[in-house]
Amino acid sequence: MNTPLSWVKAYVPDLDVTPQEYTDAMTLTGTKVEGYECLDKNLEKIVVGHIQSIERHPDADKLIVCQVNVGNETVQIVTGASNVKTGDKVPVVLDGGKVAGGHDGGPLPENGIKIKKGKLRGIESCGMMCSIEELGFTNELYPDAPESGIYILPEDSVPGSDAVELLGLHDSVFEYEVTSNRVDCYSVIGIAREAAATFNKPFIPPAVTATGNSEDVHDYLKVTVEDSRLCSRYCARMVKNIKLAPSPVWMQRRLAACGIRPINNIVDITNYVMEEFGQPMHAFDYEQLAGHEIVVRCAEDGELFQTLDGQERKLDSTVLMIRDGEKAVGIAGIMGGENSKITDEIHTMVFESACFDGTNIRLSSKKVGLRTDASGKFEKGLDPNNAQAAIDRACQLIEELGAGEVVGGMIDVYPEKRECKLIAFEPERMNRLLGTDIAPETMLEYYKRLELEYDEKTGEIIIPTFRQDLECMADMAEETARFYGYDKIPVSLPTGEATTGKLSYKLRVEEVAREVAEFSGFSQGMTYSFESPKVFDRLLLPEDSTLRATVNILNPLGEDYSVMRTTPLHGMLNSLSTNFNRRNKNVRLYELANIYLPKSLPLTELPDERMQFTLGFYGDGDFFDMKGVIEEFFEKTGMKLKPHYDPNAGKTFLHPGRQADIIYDGVNIGYLGEVHPEVADNYKIGDRAYVAVIDMPSMIPFTSFDRKYTGIAKYPAVTRDISMVVPKNVLVGQIEEVIAQRGGKILESYELFDIYEGAQILAGFKSVAYSITFRAADHTLEEQEVSGVMKKILNGLQALGIELRA
Amino acid sequence: MKDQLEKIKQEALKQIEASDALEKLGDIKVAYLGKKGELTSVLKSMKDVAPEDRPKIGQMVNEAREAIEGKLEAAMAALSKKAREEQLKKEVIDVTLPAKRSRVGHTHPNTIALEEVERIFVGMGYEVIEGPEVEYDHYNFEKLNIPKNHPARDEQDTFYISDNIVLRSQTSPVQVRTMEKGKLPIRMLAPGRVFRSDEVDATHSPSFHQIEGLVIDKNITFADLKGTLAEFARELFGPETKVKFRPHHFPFTEPSAEMDVTCFKCGGKGCRFCKGSGWIEILGCGMVHPNVLAMSGIDSNEYSGFAFGVGLERIALLKYEIDDMRLLYENDIRFLKQF
Repeated sequence: MNTPLSWVKAYVPDLDVTPQEYTDAMTLTGTKVEGYECLDKNLEKIVVGHIQSIERHPDADKLIVCQVNVGNETVQIVTGASNVKTGDKVPVVLDGGKVAGGHDGGPLPENGIKIKKGKLRGIESCGMMCSIEELGFTNELYPDAPESGIYILPEDSVPGSDAVELLGLHDSVFEYEVTSNRVDCYSVIGIAREAAATFNKPFIPPAVTATGNSEDVHDYLKVTVEDSRLCSRYCARMVKNIKLAPSPVWMQRRLAACGIRPINNIVDITNYVMEEFGQPMHAFDYEQLAGHEIVVRCAEDGELFQTLDGQERKLDSTVLMIRDGEKAVGIAGIMGGENSKITDEIHTMVFESACFDGTNIRLSSKKVGLRTDASGKFEKGLDPNNAQAAIDRACQLIEELGAGEVVGGMIDVYPEKRECKLIAFEPERMNRLLGTDIAPETMLEYYKRLELEYDEKTGEIIIPTFRQDLECMADMAEETARFYGYDKIPVSLPTGEATTGKLSYKLRVEEVAREVAEFSGFSQGMTYSFESPKVFDRLLLPEDSTLRATVNILNPLGEDYSVMRTTPLHGMLNSLSTNFNRRNKNVRLYELANIYLPKSLPLTELPDERMQFTLGFYGDGDFFDMKGVIEEFFEKTGMKLKPHYDPNAGKTFLHPGRQADIIYDGVNIGYLGEVHPEVADNYKIGDRAYVAVIDMPSMIPFTSFDRKYTGIAKYPAVTRDISMVVPKNVLVGQIEEVIAQRGGKILESYELFDIYEGAQILAGFKSVAYSITFRAADHTLEEQEVSGVMKKILNGLQALGIELRA
Repeated sequence: MKDQLEKIKQEALKQIEASDALEKLGDIKVAYLGKKGELTSVLKSMKDVAPEDRPKIGQMVNEAREAIEGKLEAAMAALSKKAREEQLKKEVIDVTLPAKRSRVGHTHPNTIALEEVERIFVGMGYEVIEGPEVEYDHYNFEKLNIPKNHPARDEQDTFYISDNIVLRSQTSPVQVRTMEKGKLPIRMLAPGRVFRSDEVDATHSPSFHQIEGLVIDKNITFADLKGTLAEFARELFGPETKVKFRPHHFPFTEPSAEMDVTCFKCGGKGCRFCKGSGWIEILGCGMVHPNVLAMSGIDSNEYSGFAFGVGLERIALLKYEIDDMRLLYENDIRFLKQF
């Protein structure tokens, strides 16, 4: 919302502040000023000039030499403009002055353009006559300016007087951020009321006077509202004998400052009142209304309608329409129809000032795909009592401007009058909520400034209907606080029962995950939770994969962000790919983020959100480096058992011979592997890449941060090395299982120290060597104890087809 | 005999003096003091000495032995020292050669910022709580005083999964879930992902993070809100930081405010960073709306509270002077390495 300060000052005449003071104070009482622009910031030494004579330039066909009376002297100015004539009054920037822009109307330079005395083709020129573009505006907003050439001032302008003043440019335009609850502040009156309250100055809104001739509008027009739920009030007045003309300059200036293009008196009055009162209005051509009636009713499903911008719109039965006796003439609250718009031939018109249901307008506006200034206001839910004030104001302006003859009376369909609300005045509770000690009288004084009256008899505050946002004590506390000053409210810390600050257990485990990952060289990445359903093909997932059952977004930002991820792999591979393609070497990334698994589809309850600890890298390292990181993590989270690795993980996106499910105490808690070369190709990762994914909800039950010390061994250990010939298909993991199972109580540890395939070893076999360490906690082991256990182990190994090497 | 001993001794001392290696000293030791050494053989020939002379000769042998041993030890020590010195001299390295580092990874700037915020509030007794990212409409909106078709819903272009399930557009639903559990008082911090249908650009992302704070107790005031958040700002941005509260509107708080902090780049004088104002908008906050309390079963006559919401990315971008939000989700290692 852009409003010139001069308009606000018109209703708060005692307001005497600089734009910056205004900005700061208004922002601190809740009307946030986003910024302001001083219209005259680059207009210096610009006065009214009176052209005394014009001669041709001796050496240039397109230039003329003017003698211009600028008050106390007459100066010579050379110009290329062709629209000036002797006797014209024009804005003249004197030597050393400044204008806002060039004559081409291009972007305005930050510091304007300095004008100096100089010679044009040998003839001295002391200053410059200005076009509207040089003054920083456009012919669009200043339709009284010529399309090109010098701006001509009114004949009665006084030479030498301030032309900027005359043009109404000693003004600044403010942009506000109005919060959605303050519909009343989408109007000059609303802003002015806040300004008056902020600076504690009298608020004098325009006095709306009675208007209309002796006729009765009811004799001309009939209005029927079929659905009063969607249209709580419909006011209609009429104007006949319309005399279309440009609106007066003061009105044009105010509209221009708001960024609204002046058109003619009727349109301008409608726009002016919308800015002033915040009430959108519409004007229909009375002659085009069949049956001279208006019916407010919803459209038919599939009905087509041409709005006044010439577009065909498709409607349905929820869109409220304004109709005449035969046809639709407007989409209620959004835009009128081509068929009833005001044309230059207008003679009699109907003013509509209504209150439509905000929600319906909002939804219709979306459905129709058309958002207008009017719909933007209606959808916030307007005050029906404002509708009458606005239409009366418009009729008053019609009369004042001589734009037509206002017909007496108003048609008012208003079945349920909106009354003022009452809120109990509870100063003590308010002070308790705010932590303040503000006197009740002070509060009431603030309220009075806002036109919130206090009823002493009932002890209630009477809330006018334009303040629909005020509903309870807390709302009144805010009204108190913002005028008392948020900055004056004291500062304290909550007292009361102490609480323990802590992280959840889950977050603690995640913290360890981050530490282990980072100390292993992985950096933390973050990727989106939604992705394209096409990623499943890139991951080579079979058609019937359960991972393809996704939670889908109904209104995504395009297909690429349309499904909630069921695997963290795409995010990881995509990030690795980004790095690979930017030639970053040896990249290691990890992410801690959720996947979303639907419990049923279509979704009836919230999906299962599972935190995934995902690691990925390319460059230095291999499968076993990744495995090492995982095991470090398990160790750091107190998982003491040895995890099992099941190579039959069945992951299509991993190398078939280099993947494993991670099984801990019988539970599958994740997987790791080398990325399938085809998948790596799909992601354009030109190197072997490895990933690991830990499903945190599956893993967390096995974690523990309890630690118990067990004594450091006092008795010596006995180590036996065994060297074996092992059938190739037997996994090292199987050998370890045998050692672990059969090693008994005295088994302390075992370590693979050699594995070899090739020459000297029979085809189909490999050589594997282990070093096994035994120790007893309470005595020195004897030879036969160790031999007994070793024998058991060897027997077990033989059962796997393993032979000891000689 | 005496002369013989003297001769042996002198000979030994001479040899020791002439030795330039530890091995040679070893040989000398064996040759004179060893089992078959010269002094030993003298001792062995004691049986030929007259018994009355024996003590005297014995003493002389011992003196010779001590003299040789003493000299040997000193010579050995000197040679060892010399050898150590030579070794150290040989082992000089160029300490400016590159370090061998274990490549430790880096924490995402969002996480660093989050941990700072968590540290501050956990220290003040807040519990960090999480909630679902895919959320029921009534937690994300209705129970926060944003009924269906409320215009505030438009301001937060929400992703819908179904009529009643959304991707949460704010972390505020965690407030409701926490209050509904009925355990009072509450001091909680709820960080997490939120989603809004904003196209990706330098300042927008359809997926970002918020940190929600909520305090519910008896006698909680707006002054407490101000005090808490001012403390937070000083902890996060430095002890000189000042805060400013401006009235604002949120459906779930009343009174509501936005908090600005003095620009940490210029200290409040005004610079390009703060667009000349000296202030930077940092968070939204307010007293929990009585409707919200009531909908979660808390009696607003007895309890009150405040809530606040901070954009995590906003903090990270400001604090670490990151000029494009997209960098946070690209995971380019050259970016991540800087944190």
